Order: sequence, then structure tokens, then C-alpha cells
Amino acid sequence: MKVEEKRTYQAVIGLEFHVHLATRTKMFCGCRVVYGDEPNTHTCPVCLGHPGTLPVVNEKAIELGVMAGRALNCEVSERAVFARKNYFYPDLPKGYQISQFDEPICTGGHLDVPVGDETVRVGITRLHLEEDAAKNVHVGESGRMHGSVGSLVDFNRGGTPLMEIVTEPDIPSPEAARATANHLKEIMRAIGVSEADMEKGQLRCDANVSIRNLDGSFGVKTELKNMNSFRFVERGLARELERQRDILDSGGKIEQSTLHYDPETDEVHELRSKEYAHDYRYFPEPDLMPLKLSEAWVREIEDRMPELPDEMRQRFVEEYGLSPYDAGVLTADRDLASYYEAVAAEVDPKQAANWISGDLRSLSNESGTEISDSGASPEHMIGLLQLVTDGSISRSAARDVLGTVFETGDSPSVIVEREGLSSVGGDELSGVVEGVISANPEEAERIRAGDKKVIGVLIGQVMKATRGNADGGRVREILLQKLGS
Amino acid sequence: MLELTASALAQKIRDREISAREAAETANHRVEEVEYRVNAFLTPTPYVALERAGRIDERLQNEGIQPWEGVPIAIKDVLSTRGVRTTCGSKILEDFTPIYDASALVNFGEDLVMVGKANMDEFAMGSSTENSAYGPTRNPWDPDRVPGGSSGGSAAAVAAGEGWWALGTDTGGSVRQPAALCGIVGLKPTYGRVSRYGLIAFGSSLDCIGPMTRDVRDAALLLQAIAGHDPLDSTTANAEVPDYLADLEGGVSGLRVGVVKELMDERIDAGVREVVERVVGELEAAGAEVGEASLPHAYYALEAYYIIAPAEISSNLARFDGVRYGLREPADGVHEMYRETREKGFGDEAKRRIMLGTYALSSGYYDAYYAQAQKVRTRMIGDFREALSSYDVLISPTSPSVAFEIGAKTDDPLAMYLQDICAVPASLAGIPAISVPGGLSEGLPVGVQLMSDHFTEPLLLRAARAAEEVADFEFSPRP
Ligand SMILES: [Zn+2]
Repeated sequence: MKVEEKRTYQAVIGLEFHVHLATRTKMFCGCRVVYGDEPNTHTCPVCLGHPGTLPVVNEKAIELGVMAGRALNCEVSERAVFARKNYFYPDLPKGYQISQFDEPICTGGHLDVPVGDETVRVGITRLHLEEDAAKNVHVGESGRMHGSVGSLVDFNRGGTPLMEIVTEPDIPSPEAARATANHLKEIMRAIGVSEADMEKGQLRCDANVSIRNLDGSFGVKTELKNMNSFRFVERGLARELERQRDILDSGGKIEQSTLHYDPETDEVHELRSKEYAHDYRYFPEPDLMPLKLSEAWVREIEDRMPELPDEMRQRFVEEYGLSPYDAGVLTADRDLASYYEAVAAEVDPKQAANWISGDLRSLSNESGTEISDSGASPEHMIGLLQLVTDGSISRSAARDVLGTVFETGDSPSVIVEREGLSSVGGDELSGVVEGVISANPEEAERIRAGDKKVIGVLIGQVMKATRGNADGGRVREILLQKLGS
Repeated sequence: MLELTASALAQKIRDREISAREAAETANHRVEEVEYRVNAFLTPTPYVALERAGRIDERLQNEGIQPWEGVPIAIKDVLSTRGVRTTCGSKILEDFTPIYDASALVNFGEDLVMVGKANMDEFAMGSSTENSAYGPTRNPWDPDRVPGGSSGGSAAAVAAGEGWWALGTDTGGSVRQPAALCGIVGLKPTYGRVSRYGLIAFGSSLDCIGPMTRDVRDAALLLQAIAGHDPLDSTTANAEVPDYLADLEGGVSGLRVGVVKELMDERIDAGVREVVERVVGELEAAGAEVGEASLPHAYYALEAYYIIAPAEISSNLARFDGVRYGLREPADGVHEMYRETREKGFGDEAKRRIMLGTYALSSGYYDAYYAQAQKVRTRMIGDFREALSSYDVLISPTSPSVAFEIGAKTDDPLAMYLQDICAVPASLAGIPAISVPGGLSEGLPVGVQLMSDHFTEPLLLRAARAAEEVADFEFSPRP
């Protein structure tokens, strides 16, 4: 044991998310929002920052922002103001980004994040709308502007609607940070505000990280950028906390700085220190009128808002009698949840939950095929579970049938017929059981006398005789009935 | 033909007494004749004018034209014109050709008979057109004097008969002051009445496109052509555009006219005050109820203006970075490229205002400057609300002096800024204001400014028409 307790470390993490809004057009012009097209094919004088052009607010973006704010339990401002954030960069055609500063559309909410068995409440400081920058492409080996042969700008992304969500520094661990990001994604997808795919850059996450001082006050924080997957959020933060700990352990001081996480080397690098902090010279955007968000309008949006994951989870527990865990699994994915609800409407909801959260999901995971892309439609699932319920096929046979349905999309009854998987039941099964009893008089007698330990032996014999096409429970039932026990 | 007003010429074109093409040829000829001594245009567009005039004549044979179409016009070079070079009087846009037309021009009609793009102070910053990167425009009344600014090219073009009317832009007097100094009418409409889309921004919360014309009727007609809500400009009013010509001859009988006392003190040249007083006297004789009005914050307005406008321009000029269009000075890194391009591309006044504005918006100074200036602006609006509750129209000089000599104020920016003192209050409040020639002082024209409440242009134009009627002034192209 070489554990040497120097001090206890308490991480203080706040996250800042940038979420691409699922609008058809850009934030301040009519250009389509399209990713992956030929560069500079979705541009106009407005999003290219041509002289004399003016922004016009995309109402749908405001609506999605309000919806997201309400889903995060935020207060929606009656009056919100766009502001200019001034700085120079080639991907910023106007030399300023239209964003929001002291009057954002939403403030003061929270998010209850399941972390392991606990729930962590993460405060939401603010939520605001802005436009995304364009994309710089650097030609040459360095891959960065410095040292490149030349740089090109693709303005397709320029001006696309972006929502910034800032949390309070309430997050106690890298694991909780990852869970927060994940939960946020879940909510954004559920209400249709964003696809929130981190790999596609639709959800970006930066963090403020510090270690609490011994007296409980906040330590000096660093800003960590470029954690572009849920995994990297956790790993990057863990790495940065380790770095801060090492500095504190060796008696050093944390310097306020902006850091960049490199997943390849699992290291953080300094991007810029405090001396290079920008003065963005925010001021109210004179080209746009302040937004007036009436209570009635906000209510109208709330009424249209789909059920939130937390609400749905609660409902699954109450309506279908599921365990919170199963309800959590089934509601984690909106498609899976509606799949489940379609099936649960026709068959026993608990049975449906077991099959869907268990067998069906593992088939999907193993094959890498989304359930919606597989042959296992809700109708087929219902058919299969009905066959199991009425004893037509055994559980183990049903598992095989599901595998085939998943792959081929054939109906379960057709597969059962084709492959002769029909459960041995009724008179036939009864006959087999009787045969086994007569072939094993000794065991039969012991059961009659009340020793049920040997019943397994007889069940095994029956299963062998039916080549597994009998329901174990049913066989047990028949045996006990015939042996008068 | 050169002596006609735009309205009269428009009527003759519709009556087919004069063809649009003849009018365009006359304008082009006049440009050739006087431009060497006026320098009103940065880019004369004789072929554009002829081609579009031809289309007007064709349409006249078929579906007809709007009442304002066919009359040759000068367009300030701050308005975006598709396919025609638009420099804003700056080196940084020397070779810049826009890909779209300003909404005001689109409203006017696609066959706008444009004589040329008119000279201006760089990015509309100045009161003399001496800040143009392409040399000053000269006042047609006296080639040694400035035409005012920043729409000095537009004003001089109209005064010299290089076209019958013009469009200028007014941020803190840039339509009204040059109109006054050149002896023409200049109208700054209510903020939000005319779309700013395509007006290359100076002070976004102040900028207005306005008519610069031979008389008040022409101003009303030109406003009619360009006004209206624009879905591309969120700051335009979604309000009906009234008929600006209907009440024009209604006179001033019973109209309450307030003379702004703060703008009639010793800071205004005596000769200028005399002209204004004479016009006011005549209006009273014509039946107006004349009294004294007060705008207590008028002088603070100038200080507030010189914080708000530079703050906005410091941000508005950031897009001129050499990356996508305009001048680019090659350099080793991107920041070096920005620095070299902007160092070479912008003139002194642009740089001065960028620095002033950047400072005013900087963290730690924002509250003391920008936020404070906005409070003054609110006070100024309050002053007007108060004054306009007692009066229908307010009167003052447009400019504290007549046209001054070229070079007289170039080394003293503060003296130059004082040129705007009478014009800036209405700009800060966003109300309409018009300058009408009231007579001469030292043989040079003096402008009388009339102001009224938001969106009351019909009333303002009616009062201005009456002032024009009583003024001791007759328009005639000079020289
Ligand atoms: Zn666009």
C-alpha cells in the first residue's frame, strides 16, 4: 500500500453545450441547412456577410430554443435581445457573431441526471441562440492555419442556428459530466430540437474544471475544449483533473487557461492563457428588434411539446408496471419506446419489456442493425409473443424464431411452420410425459412420495424426447398433475 | 428640360412629350459638361441610364410605368447596386461589384435610370465629402467650397442638374446638411420607413435612405417610390405607406410651429438665423401658430451621437477584412493580412471612428460611454415627445453655417462634427426631418429644417411645401 492521503479532492465541473437546431433554414437567412454538400453551395449575400445585408430571425429557431428551455425547466424571458460578439476570424464573415449576451431567451433551469443509482441535479444557468461560424479548411500538411499552404472557407455551415446551454458548476465527476451530456442529448432528441449527434458535431461540449479548495471555495478553473464524443468528455475531464491534482500535490498553482483535449495522446494542451483573453465588445444588435416572447405563445409551444424522457419513464413504471430500470432502458431511445408501446398494447407489457429490452436489443447490438431497419416489426413481435403465451412454441424456440425474424422479416408463424419448431403440446406432450413416467418408475415413485428434487431428471427426459420443442414449465405442470403431487 | 422638376419631367415622360431616353441623354450630356468641375460621381453609368430608359419607353407603350419612373437619378455610392461598382468612397471597396440591389432601389422599379454612383465621405463619415478616397466633390455654387456631406455627391449632382434627383443616406444629417449647403431639398424619413437592406451600414440604428430633390413635391414623390415594409429588414415598420402627395398643398393655416430655441443661439451663424427667422415670419403670416420650442438635450445629443455612431461603425466595418471581397494586402499570416489590408484600405476618418467606437464598447468603458450615450438618446426622445405635444412641426436651421471652403475644417475634426449639431437630434429620435432652401446668406444657400413626429411625413411635407413657397429661393441648375 503506497496510498498517501495528502488532501481530498472535489471536482467542480460546469459544462457549456452548443447544440445545432433542427431547422430547415439558417438562423438569419433563407439558406437551407445541409451538411456534407459541396462547399459554398448553400450561401447568400446575408450569410456571406456582404456589405449592406441584414439578418432576419428564423422564428422556428426561437420556437425550438423556447422548447429546449422549457424541457430544461428554464424561465423563458419575456424580452430577449440579440447582441454582437465582435472578433476577427476568416470563418466569421461579418467580423462579429450575432449571439445573445445579457438578455438570453431562457435562464435558470435544471436537469436531473441519472448517474449510476443516484440522481444529480445540474442547474442550468442560461440558454441562448446564436449563429454558427463557417468552416475553415487548411491546405497543406499542418492541418492548421499556421504553416498551411493556404486556407479555404466553406460557408455552408456559416449562419446555421446554434443554441448554447450553460450549466452551473454542479457536476461532481467526469462520469457525471458524461451522463449529463448524454441526458441532454436524450432530451434534445426526444423533443425534436436537435439530432444532437456528437460525432456529427451537432452537439459540442466544453467544460470549466476546477478542484475545490480545502476551505470549500472554488479553485482556479481551466476551460477544456474539443471533447467531441461522450467518451472523450469523461476521459478529457478525468485527464484534466489528474493534471490539476498533480500540480496541487506538488505544491503548484493552477493557471487560468484554455485547454484542448487530444484524444489520440490522451493529453491536454494549452490553447491560450489569460493574457490573450478576448474583449468581445458585446452590444445590442441594432439590426434586430428585441424579441417579445408572450406567455401565451410560450404556453402554446409547451402544449405542442412531446413527452420528455423523464415523464415517459415515470409513465412506463405506472402504466405498464415496469421496474424503473426497464423503463429507463426502453425510454432511452424514442424509437425503442414507441416500438415498445405498440407491442405492449397487444400483449402482456412486462413480457414485452423483457423481450424488447433483452433479446431484441442484444440482436440489434450484436448485428449493428437498428431495430427499425430489421425485420422485427412490432406486428411480428406481437405475433411471436402470442405464440409463446398460448404455448405454441417454447421460450428457447421463440428466441431462435426472433433471430430469424430479425434477419429475414418473415412472420413468426411462417418460420415456426417452416422449421418445425412448433411446441410439442396437448395430447402429444401428455403422451410423451406418460412414456417418460413409465420408463422411470423409481423417480416417479419418489415424486409421488413428495420428493420433488428429482423432477428435473424427468423434465430433462421429456425435453430430450421432444428435442427441446416443449415448454419446460408446461412439462413440469403435466408431470406434477400426473403424479398426483 | 434642365429647368423642370423631376415631377414635371415624369409627367412629360408619361404624356410622351419627352422620351425617357431623351431625358437620360440630356442627363448624360450634362454630366460630361460639368463633371470636371463638380466631381459628383465616382462611377458615372451613362450606358446603364440609356439602356434602362429605353426599357421605360418600351414599357410606356405596353403595360405603363409608375409615376416616378423614367427620371434620371443619382445614387449615393453607399447603396448596393447589382453589377455596378459600389465603393462607399473607400479604397477598401475600390473594385467591389455587388451581387444584389438595395431594397429601396428594387422598390423604385427595376428600370431605375441611374446616371451614376455619387461621391461621398468614406462610409458616410463626414460633413464635407472631403473624406472620400477619390477626391472631394465641389459645391456647384462655388467650386472652392464643400457641398456638405456625407451625401455631397448626390447633393451636388442635383444642384448641378446632373440628373433631376438623387438618393442619399442620413445617419446624423448626411442628407439634410448637404441639401442645405447646395440649395436643394433633403428629406430624412422616419427610421424604419425605408428599408436599409443594401444600404452599406454606418450607424445601423440611425441610418436612413432619403430623397434629395429640386423641390418638396419631388421629395414626396421619391419617398413614395422607395418607402415600405421590407421582409429583409426587420427594423422597417409594417405600416401602410400613405399618399405623400395628397395633402401637399394643404398649407400651414392653424398648424402649430415651434422654433427650437437651443438651435437658434450664437452657435449658429447670424446670417443663417436671419434666413430661418424670415421664413418663420412668413409662415406665421400664412396662418401658422408660431411659438418657441425647447430641446434641452440638443447639445448632449451631438456627444451621444459621436459615441453611438462610431460604436456601430467599428463593428459594421469589421467585415472589410480582405478575406472575401474588396482590397486584400498579401501578408504572411492572417492577422498581418487584416492589419495591412485595413491600414491601407481605410482613410483617416474611418480609422478615427473605428478607434473611438472600439474604445466606447470595450469592457470597463461600455457603461461610461455606450450605455450612457443610450441614456442621452432616451432623453432626446423624451425632449421631442414633450415638444411635439405642443407643436405639430419644429423648425431650426439645418446647418450652423453656409458652405465652407474646402480644407477649412479638415484638420479640426471637432469643428467638422459641429456641422451636425442641428441635424443629429432628429436622427437620435428616429423622427422625420427635412431641409428646405430658405434663402441666401453671403450669396450661398441656407437650409431650413422642419421636424415632426414618427411617421407623420404627410404633415411634414405639407409644412415644408409651405416653407418652400414663402422662401426667397428659386431652384435652377448651377453653374
Ligand atoms: Zn444565406
